[in-house]
Amino acid sequence: MFKRNISFTEAIREAVFQSIKKDKKLFLMGEGVDDPSSMWGTIKGVKKKFGKSKTIEMPVSENGMIGVAIGSAINGSKVLVNLQRVEFALYAFEQIINNAAKTSYISRGKHSVPIVIRMVIGRGWGQGPEHGQSLENIFSAIPGLKVVIPAFPEEAKSMLIASIFDPNPVIFLEHRWSHFTRGKVDKKFKIKKLKSFNKITSGSKLTLIANSVNVLECLRVSKLLKKYNIDIDLFNLCMPNPLDLTEIIRSVKKTKHVITIDLSHIRLGMGSEIISTILENRINLKSPPIRLGLPFHPVPSSRGLVKNFYPTGQDILYSIQKSLKIPKVKFSQILKEYNLKSEKLPIDVPDPYFKGPF
Amino acid sequence: MNNNLIKLYKSLYLTRFVEETISKNYSKGQMRCPVHLSIGQEACATGLIENLKKTDKLFSNHRCHAHYLAKGGNLRKMLSEIYGKNNGCVGGVGGSMHLQDQSVGMVSSIPIVSSAMGMATGNALYQKRNNLNEITVIYCGDASLEEGIFFECANFASLHSLPIIFACENNLFSVYTNIKERQIDSNFKKYASAFKIPYKKIDGNRVDEVYKSTKKIINLVRKKRKPYFVQMDTYRYKEHCGPSDDDHLKYRNSNEVKFWQSKDPISYAKKLMKKNNINEKKIKKIEAKIEIFVNKQFKHAEIDKLPNYKEASKHIYV
Ligand SMILES: Cc1ncc(C[n+]2csc(CCOP(=O)(O)OP(=O)(O)O)c2C)c(N)n1
Ligand SMILES: [Mg+2]
Repeated sequence: MFKRNISFTEAIREAVFQSIKKDKKLFLMGEGVDDPSSMWGTIKGVKKKFGKSKTIEMPVSENGMIGVAIGSAINGSKVLVNLQRVEFALYAFEQIINNAAKTSYISRGKHSVPIVIRMVIGRGWGQGPEHGQSLENIFSAIPGLKVVIPAFPEEAKSMLIASIFDPNPVIFLEHRWSHFTRGKVDKKFKIKKLKSFNKITSGSKLTLIANSVNVLECLRVSKLLKKYNIDIDLFNLCMPNPLDLTEIIRSVKKTKHVITIDLSHIRLGMGSEIISTILENRINLKSPPIRLGLPFHPVPSSRGLVKNFYPTGQDILYSIQKSLKIPKVKFSQILKEYNLKSEKLPIDVPDPYFKGPF
Repeated sequence: MNNNLIKLYKSLYLTRFVEETISKNYSKGQMRCPVHLSIGQEACATGLIENLKKTDKLFSNHRCHAHYLAKGGNLRKMLSEIYGKNNGCVGGVGGSMHLQDQSVGMVSSIPIVSSAMGMATGNALYQKRNNLNEITVIYCGDASLEEGIFFECANFASLHSLPIIFACENNLFSVYTNIKERQIDSNFKKYASAFKIPYKKIDGNRVDEVYKSTKKIINLVRKKRKPYFVQMDTYRYKEHCGPSDDDHLKYRNSNEVKFWQSKDPISYAKKLMKKNNINEKKIKKIEAKIEIFVNKQFKHAEIDKLPNYKEASKHIYV
């Protein structure tokens, strides 16, 4: 296996290029599919390398676009739809929920809809109420859709390939801040099976479940706690729909402590579903389950208003303390070390280099 | 005529100077939200909106600064909003793409393409059902005509004879994509006539033409309670979103850029004034006064406080 250090953006691009090479039936649709941004570089150069027939530039017509993708796909095309924000797809909710998700069902399996709808989730830089939602729990409430949210470059590549070659409609959510992450990625093209969870760190004390950028924060916390002999079973919920909780049930049976972090609102979020299932399995938890995530109000624009809105590393640490009852002295030491190591960055940027959006 | 010209120029220059000051100061990192500047398109806003009454209602999209200012929206509140401060026109929850000022009839700006179309049509329905002597104007870009909701609303507005003006600013682009790649041509008459809505195309960079043509149109819409479609051809100077130029990306033909710069709406209005014997000295005086006023509002916005996070959970329900 040959792995190199590349960015999430490059990983997506590699998945797209390799998939086009593998399958003649695949093409891309989108607004600005070959423009100077090309979805922040993630599909840059597709037209140049593979020709005009592989990229269809679209009018600003999301409802029509996704309908057209579905109609093309039931005949055997594979379509990768690219949308700069999840909110733009809301015009196409009817197509996604009534057609993409139900075509197989109402044709008794005769039709399939092998489309992937890539959508970017925004956060920070004052994106505000209509450019900062993630909605993964909404898509996950619909049978017939698959919902994929990679957190690391390796997942981005392997899960995008898996999504493209999956015969079902896949909602593929990419956090804008994830695009900047770097990591080791296999150069080879491989079609892996889509899984609900990837285990990130192993441990026996507590089960921690998060996804997307929240996983990165959890990883930092988990690594820190390990030094204090608190080992965490950390899972990345990278496919919330369909949801297979076997691994989680096994983990919680062992740890008896569980914390979930939703990317979207806590209310009716993935955490609610996961914890209900844990309770149905009669696992005797040693402390009440804890759900983190967004409070139940829209995403405000001002950096003053998003204070206390997104769960932070400290919030995660406090929740773990509450669950495990870590002795006060030890916890204050942990917190001190955490605060020392985490830079004091503005609340609305992923790193100092980030200057404004697209 | 002279008084009118001066009024129009004041509005144009105010908008231009505000936008250029945003552009100049953005890199200081205090305006922390996306901005879609109206530089180059000012006359489309000023020329039409100067003919509206305060009670007439305006709706807009992501590129709403010029519309807000032309309608008389409070500048300090606009800037405070862009700075994410507590004196913002919507308290900091919206940022630059959600400007509104109820006190002057600037009802709402919605940054999802064409999304305000339905609300604007509903506003016109309300005006008609209640026999109000008001009209509604929805400002929209060329790309908004590609969304289904536009056709639904145009049909409905025509069918029910609603007092609404579809004011479409055609700047030839949606982000980096030319209209040639998105529509069969850039003559929007076809859309209007499909629903028997009267249509007029205006040079959106000539404030006097916009003003004169829309004065008649607005009177007609007010009197006859019928929709109208106005196409204003214009050009955006800056990048689609953000404070800078992006001509190095070469998505626009450089001759095209030069052509539109030679048609600059501010220079054009200045020439008009000179033709009408308003001299350079007088113009400079007008500009200086505006600059002092605008700079002061920027200072206010900079020192305004950030809102308390507790405000973020209010007003979810009434
Ligand atoms: C439904 C939807 N799709 C896509 C976008 C992304 N987007 C933001 S502005 C814009 C361009 C719109 O072009 P136009 O309406 O002509 O206005 P302009 O920016 O040229 O003023 C696009 C595609 C969006 N905001 N909403
Ligand atoms: Mg446009």
